[in-house]
Amino acid sequence: MISAAITILWKDLKIELRTKEAVSAAFVFCVLTLVIFNFALDMNSDEARRLGAGFFWVAFAFGGILALNRSFAIEKETGCSRALMLAPVDRSAIFLGKFIANIIFMFLIELLVLPLFTIFFDVPTGRAIGTLLTIFILGAVGFSAVGTLFSAVAANTRMRELLLPILLLPVTIPALIAAVETTSWALGTEMSVSFWFKLLIVYDAVFATACFLVFEYVLEE
Amino acid sequence: MAQNGGIRGKVLPALVLVLLAVSLYLVFYYAPTEAKQGVVQKIFYVHVPLAWNAFLGFFLVFIFSFRYLTTRKRKFDMRAYAAAEVGVLFNTLVLITGPIWAKPIWGIWWTWDARLTLTLVLWLIYVGYLMLRHYVDNPEKRATLSAVVGIIGFIDVPLVYFAIRWWRTQHPKPVIAGGKGSGLDPRMALTFWVCVATFTLLYTWLYRRRAEIEELEEELDDDGTDIATGTTVGGAL
Repeated sequence: MISAAITILWKDLKIELRTKEAVSAAFVFCVLTLVIFNFALDMNSDEARRLGAGFFWVAFAFGGILALNRSFAIEKETGCSRALMLAPVDRSAIFLGKFIANIIFMFLIELLVLPLFTIFFDVPTGRAIGTLLTIFILGAVGFSAVGTLFSAVAANTRMRELLLPILLLPVTIPALIAAVETTSWALGTEMSVSFWFKLLIVYDAVFATACFLVFEYVLEE
Repeated sequence: MAQNGGIRGKVLPALVLVLLAVSLYLVFYYAPTEAKQGVVQKIFYVHVPLAWNAFLGFFLVFIFSFRYLTTRKRKFDMRAYAAAEVGVLFNTLVLITGPIWAKPIWGIWWTWDARLTLTLVLWLIYVGYLMLRHYVDNPEKRATLSAVVGIIGFIDVPLVYFAIRWWRTQHPKPVIAGGKGSGLDPRMALTFWVCVATFTLLYTWLYRRRAEIEELEEELDDDGTDIATGTTVGGAL
């Protein structure tokens, strides 16, 4: 199962390396969201620093959904989903491969947005970089677990891309709150943060397991 | 299975009707008017039972979704659908009655209080669930996909609850004057529990009817001969 998962992961990474569709679209969308926040709220630098973490994660959630939508949409368009189902591998391997690919894409998007976020909001990301990267990974895992599953669900409906944000955003609310709170803490807000780290880890563990277990039902035809 | 004629099918709606009348009487004539909040507080007898039943409905969605995936029996899918639809209806009513109660008492229509926020998030999750069902044509596929979302959505509920609660405690709280809870007048308590029973039975009745209609529609879609013999549709027509 592991080798099949790696093959699928490799396939997704290769497609992304060649087309650069998902990550670049998500990145541009994230930047646009940050810019629009700036116009909409017209903050002074203190406010920007205080609220920055929230903007970062909202921008990421919107942009991330764009990339997640591609995950199964490309399989449907090219007919590859049928080939995947015919392949003599465990359905869970498909989830695992796609899941890890999505974690990598989400993490990449976060990394790309980080420097712009630092400049736009004048937040001290440099000295907390280790903590921030940990939070990024934790956030990417939680978001990708449900995202991968729901991307497959949405790809099977008539609404396709339109349905993913509607299904995904309410379910990711706990992870998003936890990511915002831990990020604010990493950027210097004084507060107790251990609960949020625990919640983020629990969210990741619960949904990585649950989504892994139910995924096989989504792919059958 | 779907017997909407006969004595058995009429007992529950009759009981619900009687209880609704009794509840109305209790709420407006028997239960004393709350000292501080006045007559507005009476919305409590509708609001809280609705909320409890909406939560019960979403729990049923989870159970039936799980049973569908393990047994592959279509009736569980239909039950999950019926439970979700009536649950969303009740949840919507909770979100409408809540602000009506909050405005005169708290002075605001809405506050990001833990319970309110959880109710809103639940509404969003299950509206998504209903939309998903609407956009899949193949019934088998619809059943499987919605069961998956029904399970994942419900697993999320405790996490949402803890996240919102903790988030709330760290942020400034709005003025919340607690009118209920401590030292409920016994007449109020009786009224409240009668209302809970009424709304639970109302939920059960609506849910059953909804599931029956779904089964009838399914039979008609599956097999046209049912119409010819009139055996299953006769009662409904």
